[in-house]
Amino acid sequence: MNWISIGHINEIPRRGARCVKTPDGKIAVFRTAEDQVFAIEDHCPHKGGPLSQGIVHDASVTCPLHNFVISLETGKALGADEGQVKTIPVRNVDGELSIALGEAALVAAE
Amino acid sequence: MTEKLVIIGNGMAPGRMLEELFEKAPGLYDVTIFNAEPRVNYDRIMLSPVLSGEKAYEDIVIHGDDWYETHGVTLHKGARVTGIDRANKTVTSAAGVTVAYDKLVIATGSNPFIIPVPGHTLPGVLAYRDLDDVETMLTACRTGGPAVVIGGGILGLEAAYGLKRQGMDVTVIHLSDTIMERQLDPPAAYLLEKALTERGIDIITKANTRQILGTEKVEGVELEDGRIIPAHLVVMAVGIRPSAQLAREAGLAVNRGIVVDDGMQTSDASIFALGECAEHRGICYGLVAPLYESARVLADRLVGGSEEYKGSVVNTKLKVTGINLFSAGDFGEGPDREEIVLRDANAGIYKRLILKDNRIIGAVLYGETADGSWFFDMLKRGTDISEMRDTLIFGQAYQGGSPLDPTAAVAALPDDAEICGCNGVCKSKIVGAITGKGLTSLDDVRAHTKASASCGSCTGLVEQLMVVTLGDAYNPAAVTPMCGCTHLGHDDVRHLIKAKSLKSIPAVMQELEWKTSCGCAKCRPALNYYLVCDWPDEYADDYQSRFINERVHANIQKDGTYSVVPRMWGGVTSSAELRAIADVVDKFEIPMVKVTGGQRIDMLGIQKEDLPAVWADLGKAGFVSGQAYAKGLRTVKTCVGSDWCRFGTQDSTGLGIKLEKFMWGSWTPAKVKLAVSGCPRNCAEATCKDIGVICVDSGYEIHFAGAAGLDIKGTEVLGLVRTEEEALEHIVALTQMYRENARYLERIYKWAKRIGYAEIRRQIMEDEVKRKVFYDRFVFSQKFAQVDPWSERVSGKDKHEFKPMATIGYSQAAE
Repeated sequence: MNWISIGHINEIPRRGARCVKTPDGKIAVFRTAEDQVFAIEDHCPHKGGPLSQGIVHDASVTCPLHNFVISLETGKALGADEGQVKTIPVRNVDGELSIALGEAALVAAE
Repeated sequence: MTEKLVIIGNGMAPGRMLEELFEKAPGLYDVTIFNAEPRVNYDRIMLSPVLSGEKAYEDIVIHGDDWYETHGVTLHKGARVTGIDRANKTVTSAAGVTVAYDKLVIATGSNPFIIPVPGHTLPGVLAYRDLDDVETMLTACRTGGPAVVIGGGILGLEAAYGLKRQGMDVTVIHLSDTIMERQLDPPAAYLLEKALTERGIDIITKANTRQILGTEKVEGVELEDGRIIPAHLVVMAVGIRPSAQLAREAGLAVNRGIVVDDGMQTSDASIFALGECAEHRGICYGLVAPLYESARVLADRLVGGSEEYKGSVVNTKLKVTGINLFSAGDFGEGPDREEIVLRDANAGIYKRLILKDNRIIGAVLYGETADGSWFFDMLKRGTDISEMRDTLIFGQAYQGGSPLDPTAAVAALPDDAEICGCNGVCKSKIVGAITGKGLTSLDDVRAHTKASASCGSCTGLVEQLMVVTLGDAYNPAAVTPMCGCTHLGHDDVRHLIKAKSLKSIPAVMQELEWKTSCGCAKCRPALNYYLVCDWPDEYADDYQSRFINERVHANIQKDGTYSVVPRMWGGVTSSAELRAIADVVDKFEIPMVKVTGGQRIDMLGIQKEDLPAVWADLGKAGFVSGQAYAKGLRTVKTCVGSDWCRFGTQDSTGLGIKLEKFMWGSWTPAKVKLAVSGCPRNCAEATCKDIGVICVDSGYEIHFAGAAGLDIKGTEVLGLVRTEEEALEHIVALTQMYRENARYLERIYKWAKRIGYAEIRRQIMEDEVKRKVFYDRFVFSQKFAQVDPWSERVSGKDKHEFKPMATIGYSQAAE
């Protein structure tokens, strides 16, 4: 996989998120209360809200626009809501974070 | 001929390995040990009890000199090995002793990590690793004084406890938000921090060390935020690094540690590595249990066996007398995981099990750890727990018990805890009345004690007290819980926060027995507000529990851009202000400028990254945040009043500006909008606001509880006052009553309807003492609230919020 370094875990607040800009749009990188790190598309499946701006609780985030609750692990909407965002593989080596971008980004680069 | 086994290092892992080896095959090897420390093998885990004075060095020796003699081991004490010659199969010590080996075991352990801040080499700055460090600390303790421990992990906290027991004044400085974050989740860390604080240890979290101060010797520690903590002794316990230099120089494969296979063999078939210096399947272990497991494997290999080390799941205990704490496995969350949480606020117990596919994968226990080994055993075995799931958390001895008692939190309150704030009624008075007078209904209790007879917000608590006192004989009306994380309603939570002096979100969740470990998007913002409101000077706002608008101090729009509304006091502006706004709009190409209903100007469509620069420009023109995003004071709408209007009776603009300048920055349960009209023609539309003023010839008519949103409702009249000062005092007192009483997100009109307009009039208009107390509390709270959030952020606060973490371009993505 093509791992791209994005920074250190301490640059993300606990129970918070930061954005990574890519040629394919923004990726939201989350850090939970227990220092798990997840990356998903920063785009709610409901109306495109920026998930990186939501409140993080457990391993999920509540979208700031209309309160969809999205699982950070699967990208799926929880509860009665339906929808899913793309998850992005993220690697954490001693706090140094990298993400793996999919083929879309590679194609765009050619 | 007997083969020669040479061991570099004499710690616990090679000690255990030799015990196993001598038991399996006594006399198989001729053993030589080089020990850099001038001692025999002692129990390094027990250094903390030696430091605290609970044990002596002699108590922790594992192998005395006679043991080495009995087994024919040659022990070179104080002998550091300086080189390994793999071609000739020899090792050489600093003193020049060269010994040949057939098999070599490297067990050099680890080195403490010393943060290279200025001053780290000053005398009095120590690591905490071996007996020498402990002896230096004990010497320092004889003169007493302040000590600082850098690092709030296991070792650091044990050092802090030991130093405290030896009479030092100890402060622990820890980089992360919570102590022992690798082993504990935030709720357990809260309990531990509380217990250590009660033992007199100061703990500062989120603290980064800038430098260690002193000239001849250490005098103190300076933090990044400028705070200086005096210290005669600084102990660094921030982590360890595998000691692998010797192996690296010998050309063995080394990552973080010396790389070994499942047989503990290094990249050289004659050389093995054991203990903290070894890296097995990418992991360097620092706890004794896995080291002992791998020691057993190595002993087997050395006698020709084929056992394999498969890695270990580790568990942790803290060796501080009177604190019971256990942590094992993985306690992160995930959708495929479930958690079972048990909290007993009274006994200070927190237990959390993390399950995946009906198997325990992690456990955190605080306060009562007797079942730790039982849980840990099932975790290691991968036992299916579906059969005992309902009673699992209660432990091994407990099967088929009754469900948790929801009234426990109320039962645990002390007798003098205030239940009803309006009428000053404490718990013992209510319980006394119920038992003494044989009361059985809520109305009876209200009649006899006045508890919950005024605003009624403590009704839930009074009813729970009746349940505690009367048992099943009393059936309370159902309370709607705040959210799925608790069985308590908003009113109960608010009362208990005050009655139990709860001053942080983890404290509330523990003491009120929250059912989740981290809360949810419903309860966290509410709790954060209640704590900000109740402890304005003590509580530190929990940024991550705020909705995005209150975190970035702008309003999020449907496309993810933001809108910005500066304050225009009382709706009054000037050419200079308008020019500054025009310049900002041009400079940042702001697509939409809109006049709001609250008499100010909204700039829409601003990129998040531009916000600090926009605020910087607005700030130069004198603008501050209009808090158009806040559950707090928004606008004070005014008409031009007696200064210009031929009908105006009072200076409505002036009063509006005074009110806004007095009240800006305050957080409230929901947004608060005010208006002041200069005459009953009411051009400022004051009669549909949260609080409104209609000026009349004889003074100021104060209105409240209007609405012009989801609901439309004209205001109620609070009363008529004569002067501007009185109007301000009454309005401020009413706002404070609302702040202290209402449920989060409940607007004034809903709150007032729920508790009764008459009750509000009684407390604000008639009860002068009460009004003054509300007023004073609002004024006190404003000391901490009136900070312009925009200028704070222009100066760099929360800058991570406005910048992407990384930007990946095409070329990088394509690599």
